[in-house]
Amino acid sequence: MSTSTTLEAPKSGTWDGGNEPLKASYGKLMMWFFLLSDAFTFGAFLIVYGLSRHKHMPYTGEAEAFTFSTEWWPIPEKVFNAFPGFHGVDLPLAFVALMTMILILSSVTMVLAVEAGHRMDKNDVQKWLLWTILFGGTFLGCQAWEWAHFITGTDEGMVLADGTRIFGANLTMNQYGPPLFADLFFFITGFHGTHVFSGVVLLIMIFINTVNGVYHKRGHYEMVEKVGLYWHFVDLVWVFVFTFFYLI
Amino acid sequence: MAMHSDHAHDFNQTGEIPKPQTKVIWKTFAILVGLTALEFVFAFFMEAGTLRNMIFIILTIFKAFYIVAEFMHLKHETKALIWSVLIPMALVVWLMVALISEGSYYFDSVTNYFK
Repeated sequence: MSTSTTLEAPKSGTWDGGNEPLKASYGKLMMWFFLLSDAFTFGAFLIVYGLSRHKHMPYTGEAEAFTFSTEWWPIPEKVFNAFPGFHGVDLPLAFVALMTMILILSSVTMVLAVEAGHRMDKNDVQKWLLWTILFGGTFLGCQAWEWAHFITGTDEGMVLADGTRIFGANLTMNQYGPPLFADLFFFITGFHGTHVFSGVVLLIMIFINTVNGVYHKRGHYEMVEKVGLYWHFVDLVWVFVFTFFYLI
Repeated sequence: MAMHSDHAHDFNQTGEIPKPQTKVIWKTFAILVGLTALEFVFAFFMEAGTLRNMIFIILTIFKAFYIVAEFMHLKHETKALIWSVLIPMALVVWLMVALISEGSYYFDSVTNYFK
């Protein structure tokens, strides 16, 4: 047997590369382990949020009588109660409910794109990818508005001990409560927003490739699946951010 | 991206495209929307407290299960892959329990110190 035939022979032995215990391609496995490490990062962020929250005074009085103070951690319903176009109207959590719906919908359109890829249906893949890009972009727009509102603050603001009024939030002081509250808001939602942004960029890239027929020529739409995994992870993180930041 | 057009794979759409199988996807979507709606019901009609927070966390874990199992398809992967993703997450849960009780301890010691 010559050397060249040995090299060309398929590796079929158990210890020879022929065994595939996880039954998933290299790319998909690496995406899973990347997402696992990313989950650690987001987990650490949310755990720090829990720690800071537990080391601050909770608000114990009546919910109706709640006022912003650096003494205690704010009630999220009182902080996130604005909606674009309804200035001064108290709509607790309405806007974040809309954002959650948009992201869940984008996850559904993504999984529909993956499903269309399995059937090699190029037109359907394009259609669902476009919807996903649209919803992702809308979510980013919503987050930009939410940040702008959080930074600008409400009409009343907060009165400090020396009588001055402060409006909105930055990294050193904020009208909603302890400075750490605004810091964590910026870090956690900002890090998530960056992930959504990268996701939209990836989606645009695979959309262009799909339109050009790259995956059709390749014979499979696995790249759509891999980006899909990432996109669902972004939705998954939002589910946790939503619970720990806005509900609890 | 290099375009090595391998003509063996260069097939154009021939024959029928199979019909979409989307029943499970829309069912999962309905479950996720339902769980989110339930969270809002609890947020508005229940007194804040440990019990309500527990309900929120349990509902969140259910939502996470449906996203990971159905949308990310993990339920249909091999057992080895499922465990290699889930077991490391136990470390995060451990860290969470440890640091949150640490936060309570820190709060207690600081408030008691200044009493």
